[in-house]
Amino acid sequence: MAVLARVVEHRALQYRRTFRASIFSSFLSPLLFLTAMGVGLGLYVDRSSNEALGGLSYLEFLAPGLLAASVMQAASFESTFPIMGGLVWSRIYHAMYASPIDARDIALGNLAWIALRLTMIAIVFTLVITALGAASSPLIVLAIPAAVLTGMAFAGPIAAFSATQRTPEKFAAIFRFGITPLFLFSGTFFPVENLPDAIEPLAWLSPLYHGVALTRGLALGTAVDQPIVMLIHVLVLSVITMAGAIAAVVMIRRRLVRG
Amino acid sequence: MPGTPETSLIHARGLTKRFGSFTAVDAVEFDVAPGEAFGFLGPNGAGKTSTMRMIGCVSPATDGLLRILNLDPATHGPQIRARLGVVPQQDTLDNELTVRENLVIYGRYFGLSRAECARRADELLEFAQLTERRNSPVEPLSGGMKRRLTIARALINEPTLMLLDEPTTGLDPQARHLLWERLYRLKQRGTTLVLTTHYMDEAEQLCDRLVVMDKATIVAEGSPRQLIDRYATRDVTELRFPVGVQETLDGQLDGLAERIEWLPDRVLLYTDDGEAVAVAAHERGLQPEAVLVRRSTLEDVFLRLTGRTLVE
Repeated sequence: MAVLARVVEHRALQYRRTFRASIFSSFLSPLLFLTAMGVGLGLYVDRSSNEALGGLSYLEFLAPGLLAASVMQAASFESTFPIMGGLVWSRIYHAMYASPIDARDIALGNLAWIALRLTMIAIVFTLVITALGAASSPLIVLAIPAAVLTGMAFAGPIAAFSATQRTPEKFAAIFRFGITPLFLFSGTFFPVENLPDAIEPLAWLSPLYHGVALTRGLALGTAVDQPIVMLIHVLVLSVITMAGAIAAVVMIRRRLVRG
Repeated sequence: MPGTPETSLIHARGLTKRFGSFTAVDAVEFDVAPGEAFGFLGPNGAGKTSTMRMIGCVSPATDGLLRILNLDPATHGPQIRARLGVVPQQDTLDNELTVRENLVIYGRYFGLSRAECARRADELLEFAQLTERRNSPVEPLSGGMKRRLTIARALINEPTLMLLDEPTTGLDPQARHLLWERLYRLKQRGTTLVLTTHYMDEAEQLCDRLVVMDKATIVAEGSPRQLIDRYATRDVTELRFPVGVQETLDGQLDGLAERIEWLPDRVLLYTDDGEAVAVAAHERGLQPEAVLVRRSTLEDVFLRLTGRTLVE
């Protein structure tokens, strides 16, 4: 545990340099998205009828979903370039591995750092949601760890993949064919019930679907009405996160041993 | 030099590393004594780096016995690494941090307190002659400065054993000499140095004892002087003839020296008295364009043992 903290310390030291710009953009991104989509587009959605959204304004519906989806995007980015870069470009993980720090600590330390970063992003996002008046339940506080868990379900497996890469070429494919479709079709912008019946069950396979449902349930306070379903979402995300973390340890170790 | 796991800092017997069907290191045996400067010499692909990575406890041995500080790398990797200082072939500095931050954070990996890291970092900046660049980012540093920083970083835990993989490759002569001088100082302080190199002058400058590796095995072992005595003569007389003449000389040099080596552009005569051979050649009526009499070097040993064929 103490050893793992040294890896986190290193990442934090690196982060200090971009801290201000990073905080600014984590405010800006939800603000832009929520005003454009939630407020702007929401005006038309709310005018037609809000029955499909269960009586919610579009902004209220969208905001928690977008929270989970944005954290997923950040998680994906944090677990691609920085992981491969440290193994291939700067090789700083090899330098760490030459010290008493073990491959497992390097992998888990980086995941711990990613979780910290995601927490910062989720907090800022939640503040923006609250400021826009789209938080309808105090349970929204719990949407922060829910969103982080969603992100971590992506960070582990993607970090494991990144550890096998020598160039960033395939990262574009991950974003284009993985992250973006999930972002669009996991219930973030519209309920998955609106998808064609044949495709709808597929949404269940998307970790983001579980993350969005969980985050939304907490932000809107509806989670208390269906605790079992929420628990299942947490369970699914936790299992993926743990499997991903194990895979990341194995792959990063393999890469460090190979040199 | 025979040794035991208890008396040697590094003790290897039948040490082997295979990658699939490729054998990178084939049953090598060696001992490194405390305080010694020990070198692995060999052409590219001889297995030097693979051996170093096994000693550095980052790559497990496929077979054989390896003990470092009388510990088994397979079970005590982190404990051994805590007492090693590693200078890898490729720089692994963090370009996102400053020179000093690179040192401080590396000390943290070894569990040193922040205050202790700061104290040692300032001391090492002095040692590496980088004090003026302490707050500079790493990226714009010259190759020599980066190497010095890497060496300083490897010293942050006050290691018992330093592992240097081709420490001066790619540096200009000034940077190399400065580095040698710093490494020599470490040796004087009692730090054990293990290095790989394919520069003969580097090996002669730094190593008390070395092994020559070729094609995954150790082909010779000894001090630089011993190796020269054993595998070369005292002198070498180099004769260079006008274009086309060398090919017509057949037999005319016979018996002039202990060993004669024909290169495309000159003839090397290995002998204990180079001057006498040069005179004798003249007396036989030979008219070389240029004559060079020199002492044998480790390079002659190296080329004799590992051949002149380019390894790629």
